[in-house]
Amino acid sequence: MNLKHLKMTFRLFSTYKNIPRVCVVGAGPAGFYAAMHLTKKLENVHIDIIEKLPVPFGLVRYGVAPDHPEVKNVINQFTKFAQQKNVNFYGNITLGKDISLLQLREHYDAVLLTYGADEDKTLGIENEDAYNVLAARNFVGWYNGHPRDKDLKVDLSGHTAAILGQGNVALDVARILLSPLDILKKTDITDYALQALANSKIKELYLVGRRGPLNVAFTIKELREQIKLENCATIWRKNDFIGVAESVNSMPRPRKRLTELMLKSLNENTNTVNDNQKLFKPIFYRSPKKFLVNSEKHLTGIELACNVLTGDKIEDQKCVSTKDSEILNCSLAFRSIGYKSVKVDNDLPFSSNGVVINENGRVINTDVSDLAKLYVAGWLGTGPVGVILHTMSNAFQVAKLICEDLKKQENYKKGGFLEFKNIINEKTSVIDWSGWEKIDKYETEEGKKLGKPREKITCIEKMIQIALT
Amino acid sequence: FSTNLGERFWVKVTFHLFDGRKLEAEGKVGDSLLDVVVNNDLDIDGYGACEGTVTCSTCHVVLKQKDFDRLPEEAGDEERDMLDLAYGLTDTSRLGCQVILTKDLDGLEVKVPESVNDARS
Ligand SMILES: Cc1cc2nc3c(=O)[nH]c(=O)nc-3n(C[C@H](O)[C@H](O)[C@H](O)COP(=O)(O)OP(=O)(O)OC[C@H]3O[C@@H](n4cnc5c(N)ncnc54)[C@H](O)[C@@H]3O)c2cc1C
Ligand code: FES
Repeated sequence: MNLKHLKMTFRLFSTYKNIPRVCVVGAGPAGFYAAMHLTKKLENVHIDIIEKLPVPFGLVRYGVAPDHPEVKNVINQFTKFAQQKNVNFYGNITLGKDISLLQLREHYDAVLLTYGADEDKTLGIENEDAYNVLAARNFVGWYNGHPRDKDLKVDLSGHTAAILGQGNVALDVARILLSPLDILKKTDITDYALQALANSKIKELYLVGRRGPLNVAFTIKELREQIKLENCATIWRKNDFIGVAESVNSMPRPRKRLTELMLKSLNENTNTVNDNQKLFKPIFYRSPKKFLVNSEKHLTGIELACNVLTGDKIEDQKCVSTKDSEILNCSLAFRSIGYKSVKVDNDLPFSSNGVVINENGRVINTDVSDLAKLYVAGWLGTGPVGVILHTMSNAFQVAKLICEDLKKQENYKKGGFLEFKNIINEKTSVIDWSGWEKIDKYETEEGKKLGKPREKITCIEKMIQIALT
Repeated sequence: FSTNLGERFWVKVTFHLFDGRKLEAEGKVGDSLLDVVVNNDLDIDGYGACEGTVTCSTCHVVLKQKDFDRLPEEAGDEERDMLDLAYGLTDTSRLGCQVILTKDLDGLEVKVPESVNDARS
């Protein structure tokens, strides 16, 4: 090679190298929003988003309820973004299995973890493993076609079900169980879930909260929707609301409006429920103590401890269990009390409540020269709270930090995916954006045949097969 | 018809962002503030995630009291429900996708609050 040639290759090589390369792990809203911010604020950056599933969008695809398609419109922004030249999607790569954190950090200038909070929190009470005691999260995954949950056994042949927890996921589950089938038919709910719901005998659904009406975690939009649901009556227990009306005026606006809506609905409580109506029954001050089962270990009910509030001011009261308990007869129960993240790599500092320990998104005590700095955003860093808006805001904040840190760095010497793809087992099929587009197209076409916006593929092998054709 | 007449249906709007940037743009009478942002490709992070279907509140804007008062339509329950989730909610907050431009509103100035808050709900 002559000198001129050598110089040229060197220059080529160095421009290729002198771009910061960022790896985002997890293609949910946190990952997408952070990546969007980075490409906007940095003149030159290359972003690889790796994702465990062959398909993107995390809980927007697998969490958000099928009858809320509007919420999923955000996918359009993400899609436009993913088509940018300096952004790559690599699906079907799992951190902690196909690649280790150390390996990623060796090949990037910054690594941002946004792999969410996949694991369900358990109650830790007797018979929690009984037949038909389900995690709400798995039930959601089941009706939304998550490959992990497609084979969940859901028995809807009983009359009464209970949801333990009073957040938005609990209300999503309630609405799916109580909605008229005609509404669900037009959504992208999986066909097998629709069939099962068509045969459902559930008429009565309890929503059990440990504390009082002032502590509910669901938001007003979801409650309003539930109260308005066709052919369903919402029944509250009057005693649960003692003292509530009096304290409404001192609350901040969102809590005030939410509480007023509950009070309004309470006052509309009717005794004249007709036979066709399903019943939605929120109850308060009850903690599950144990699941009751028959000889085959099928759920027959829940023993609930009765709680009382202690302390004077209603806002600061503590909730404690008494010796009294109550039996709620039901043959199906969902646990919906929150999530935690999975420690997928031993090098990750995890807190006891299941998030990666971080300071405003910087993962603490992990700085090593020559290795990419480590960041965390979304549910993995904040804990599983809030809606997409909150996840977005957090992702922007963390991305801002990454920009600041990257700008301080003068040289970028990492090769990114081109370098690390050789480490991955060659049998692993990496699914890129065009692969996802094929899956997307296939699903939309299958949906069309059924008069729905989409029929999801629930089998990973099939996704891969379609993506690679 | 005359183009002159058509031109009168354009309304000027200014968006004051939390970081000090000022974005000026024009919209047609009947457009929403979200339409103005989208049609003019205004650079506001995350704005309009749900595309105007009142399910995200990323299009939150704060109006001056006098402008707030003269909007032809008050916020309905649905809009208020979403506003309740927004960061930096004020008494003169609206969702940009629900604010429809009228000729009257020419010169409208709105604030776009920072969509960031440490106190998580
Ligand atoms: C049931 C449910 C319903 C919801 N409904 C709404 C709603 O209607 N409106 C709303 O605004 N918000 C809703 N939310 C909240 C919203 O989904 C979250 O705010 C948001 O999805 C969190 O984003 P994230 O990116 O942190 O996590 P996620 O969305 O969970 O994304 C994490 C991604 O990482 C991937 N991943 C996991 N492990 C690995 C690994 N080891 N390697 C690589 N990738 C990995 C996952 O497959 C996933 O794609 C809902 C949440 C749930 C649980
Ligand atoms: S764009 Fe989503 S609420 Fe206005």
